[in-house]
Amino acid sequence: MKLLVCISKSPDTTSKIDFTDNNTKFNESGVQYIVNPYDEWYALVRALELKEQTGGTVTTITVGGAADDPVIRKALAIGADNAVRVDAEAGDAYYTAFQIAEYAKANQFDIIFTGKETINYNGSQVGGMVAELLDQPFVSLATSMEVNNNVAVINKEMVGGVEVIELNTPFVVSAAKGMAEQRIPNMRGIMAARTKPLEVVAPVACDQMVSFETYELPPAKSDCKYVDAENMAELVDLLHNEAKVI
Amino acid sequence: MSVLVYIDTLNGKIAKSAMEAVQYGSKIGTTTVITNGSIGERSLAELGAVGASKVLVNRDLASDDAAQTARLVKAAAESINADTIVFSQDLTGKAVAPRVSAALKAGLASGAIALPDSDGTIKVNVFSGKAFGKVKVNTASRVIALTPNAVGVEAGSGTATVEEFSADLGNSSYTIKEVKKQEGDILLPEAELVVSAGRGLKGPENWGIVEDLAKSLGAATACSRPVADIGWRPHHEHVGQTGVAIRPNLYIAAGISGAIQHLAGVNGSKVIVVINTDPEAPFFKAADYGIVGDAFEVLPKLAAEIQKLKAQN
Repeated sequence: MKLLVCISKSPDTTSKIDFTDNNTKFNESGVQYIVNPYDEWYALVRALELKEQTGGTVTTITVGGAADDPVIRKALAIGADNAVRVDAEAGDAYYTAFQIAEYAKANQFDIIFTGKETINYNGSQVGGMVAELLDQPFVSLATSMEVNNNVAVINKEMVGGVEVIELNTPFVVSAAKGMAEQRIPNMRGIMAARTKPLEVVAPVACDQMVSFETYELPPAKSDCKYVDAENMAELVDLLHNEAKVI
Repeated sequence: MSVLVYIDTLNGKIAKSAMEAVQYGSKIGTTTVITNGSIGERSLAELGAVGASKVLVNRDLASDDAAQTARLVKAAAESINADTIVFSQDLTGKAVAPRVSAALKAGLASGAIALPDSDGTIKVNVFSGKAFGKVKVNTASRVIALTPNAVGVEAGSGTATVEEFSADLGNSSYTIKEVKKQEGDILLPEAELVVSAGRGLKGPENWGIVEDLAKSLGAATACSRPVADIGWRPHHEHVGQTGVAIRPNLYIAAGISGAIQHLAGVNGSKVIVVINTDPEAPFFKAADYGIVGDAFEVLPKLAAEIQKLKAQN
């Protein structure tokens, strides 16, 4: 099977979130970038497991500048065979999806994986857009997936439970927790990643549909009000009369 | 403004998040609702009370297939010339809104938490709830996916007209083999009150006090990541960066230290109560009310006081 995994870089989960240039840009100073956890832990690792089971190739695709290369090498160290970087500063989700769809049209994959969302923009947009642009099924929020002879059985989250569905390849799937377990790259993987192919391709012209104008931080939380552990009547009174939430 | 709101009524109910989306739409313009499933005409007409003028219902589509649902929404949007299409950013919205956005070339603002500003920008959640962004949509029409529990609902009076709506939905892209319903009546992502616990509870056998407190409040139960990972609680209860992100009115956390990844999933909560034996637990910095104490003693006492309050009212 030919598998394509969409990889986005995101700030480490413990990064301090801050903005510069009149709150129009994310402040990158001191920020460590990682592979977006959903892309890495769930999408990429499940793709690698399927390849180990049935053979084939795992390609990663990233839309971004050369600064994304270390994150792409991490994905290669975990086990992807080769990587593609569309050489453009990522714009909006549609721009990213359009580039991925164009590459996928020319290279025909059996399954395209995304994480369920990125931890910086939380949009859950790219997977669905890629599916629409390719006119393929989109399975959102998959928590497990088995594939045999081009037929996939997938558990996906639905409102109020889990749905088990069956469909034929090709399709686009977004991976949520449960799909796979995180893999730590070993030294051999890290060494091998240095020489694995990372192809840089030019972007295809496409207009952005949305743009982020400014950012803001939530208002500072007021100080915590402490209540004595023996006095739950007071807490209930505060929740009822002061906070008015019960 | 002509607004189309898609709501998911496949389980025969109109969820609170659906009503939020309808009312949100009605504050932007004349609102038509599109839905599918078998829900009765009278229930649909009641959407008038939250601002819908008209409800279009398709009876042919009984699955949550994102491709078919997107075709339905697209057809409805074209039939009423919608310039704004609203979804709830729930599990269905996450699957369908991006498809509709790409199909109609209408920019998508996902995770909206407020109405569009006078300049048209829309405030959305970014960085897993640690910041907000203002999104400008540059296309003629737009799609907005509204974060559940971000805006309130006030029901007024009024009834909407209900019309059957058919469209070419194409073939289903998958077959549903089985549906496993989650246990419990209160779904975590929609819950207004949530009681959550972590490793401080010491073992799955001790969850009775968490469930008792939740029951006394009418709250949903949740847990921290380590607790879900070691199998004390089901994964769908895990709130945090990699689990479910929630925005209840009240979040009570017992025996959870408050790692930054956990906070990312709950810092949209209106009021946070933290119960922890360790006064240095970082969660207290994010709390509105703090109790330094043992969950095993505090939770039953709190449940008893809440029952007293309920008995008075």
